[in-house]
Amino acid sequence: MADANGGLNIRPMDQFEVRPLFGGDTVGMFTITNVTLWMALAVVSVVLLMVVGSRGRALVPTRSQSVAELTYSFIYKMVEDVSGKDAVRFFPYVMTIFLFVFFSNVLGLIPFAFTPTSHIAVTAVLALAVFITVTVLGFVLHGTSFLKLFWVDSAPLALRPVLALIELISYFVRPVSHSIRLAGAMMAGHAVAKVFAGFAAALGAAFFIPILAVTALYALELLVAVIQAYVFTILTCVYLKDALHPHH
Amino acid sequence: MAEPNGNAPGMPQLDFSTFPNQILWLVVTLVVIYLILSRVALPRIGSVLAERAGTISNDIAAAETYKQQAAEAEAAYNRALEEARAAAHKVIEQARADIQADLDAAIAKADAEIAARAAESEQKIAAIRESATEAVSQVAEDAAQEILTAFGVKADAKAVSTAVAERLKGGTA
Repeated sequence: MADANGGLNIRPMDQFEVRPLFGGDTVGMFTITNVTLWMALAVVSVVLLMVVGSRGRALVPTRSQSVAELTYSFIYKMVEDVSGKDAVRFFPYVMTIFLFVFFSNVLGLIPFAFTPTSHIAVTAVLALAVFITVTVLGFVLHGTSFLKLFWVDSAPLALRPVLALIELISYFVRPVSHSIRLAGAMMAGHAVAKVFAGFAAALGAAFFIPILAVTALYALELLVAVIQAYVFTILTCVYLKDALHPHH
Repeated sequence: MAEPNGNAPGMPQLDFSTFPNQILWLVVTLVVIYLILSRVALPRIGSVLAERAGTISNDIAAAETYKQQAAEAEAAYNRALEEARAAAHKVIEQARADIQADLDAAIAKADAEIAARAAESEQKIAAIRESATEAVSQVAEDAAQEILTAFGVKADAKAVSTAVAERLKGGTA
C-alpha cells in the first residue's frame, strides 16, 4: 500500500496507539499516557457539565443548568423505565458509565484526539464491570432462584433444557457483544475518517472529494458517538433489570 | 497489515503491554467521575428538580385557592346586590303606600270642606231668596197702597197687606 515516494502513506491505526506523554518509549502501568490525558479531559467535561453547569441551583435554570438537568432526567427516566423503580439506587453508577462513554466518544472526534472507548481494554473493563455487578447482585438479591432467569417457565417442558442452554450462552456472550459493539463502532469510524483524510493529501487537485466525504462522515460519526453511548447505557439498564427482576 | 517501520502489531488495541496502563487510568477515571456525581452533582441537580416540582405544585394549589376565593367573593357580591335590590323595592312600596294614604286623607278633607261650603252657600241662598220674597211683598204692599191712594181710596193698611199676601200666594200658587 505504501508508495515509493511516501505519497500514499496512510496509517489509519496510528491514532489508536498508546504513547507516553512525557517522553520515553515504554508504557508501564503508572505511565502518564495519552489515555490519561483524554480520560482526564472526560472528567473535566463531566465537571463542567454537571457541577459547574448546575452551580447556580436556579429555580429557572440557565442554559448550562438546563443541559445538566436534561442529562440527569434523561438517564434517570431510562433507569426507572427500563430497570424498574427499585433500580434508581444504581442511578449514579449508570450515570457514570453514560457520561464517561459519551464524553470519550465525543471528545475523540476532535482532530488528533485519542478515543479511549475505541480500545477493547477499556470497553471490556466497562462491560465486565456491568456483567459482574449484575451477576453478583442477582445472586445476592435472589439467591439460587436467580438461576430461574435461564429456565423459561412459559416454554414447553421438553424445550426448557435447550432454551436454558441458549439462555446461558447468550448470558455469557453479553459482555463480549457489549464491549466489542462500542469499541468496534468507535475504531471503524475513526479509521475510515483517517483513510479519507489520507486520500485528500494524496489526490492532489481532486482533494475536495475526500474532504466532502470526511465532512459527511463526521456528521455520521457524531451521531454514532451519541447513539453508542446511549446503547451502552440502555443495555446496562436492561442487564440490571435481569438482576433485579429475574422472573421475566 | 505490516507496519513498515514498527515492531508493534497492526492493531494497537491488541497490544497487551498497554492494557495495565489503560485499565488503571480507566478505573481511576470511573471512580473520580462516580465520586463527583454521587457526592456533588446528582444530589444537587436532584434537589433542584424536586424543589422546582414542589414550587410548581404549590403555585398551582395557591392559584386554585385564589380562584375559589374569587368565586366566593363574587357570590357574596351577588347576594348583597340581591338584598339591596329587595330592600330598595320595599322602601319604594312603603313610600308609595304612605303617599297614597296622605293623598286619600287630603281628598277626604277637601271633599268634606267642599260639602260644608256648599251647605253654607245653600243656606245663604235660601236666606237671600226669603228676604227677596219678603221685599217683593213689601214692595207690592207699598205699591198697592200708593195705587189706592192715587185712586183716592182710603185703604186700611191691614186689609191691603192681607190682600197682597193672598194675591202673592195665589200668584205663586
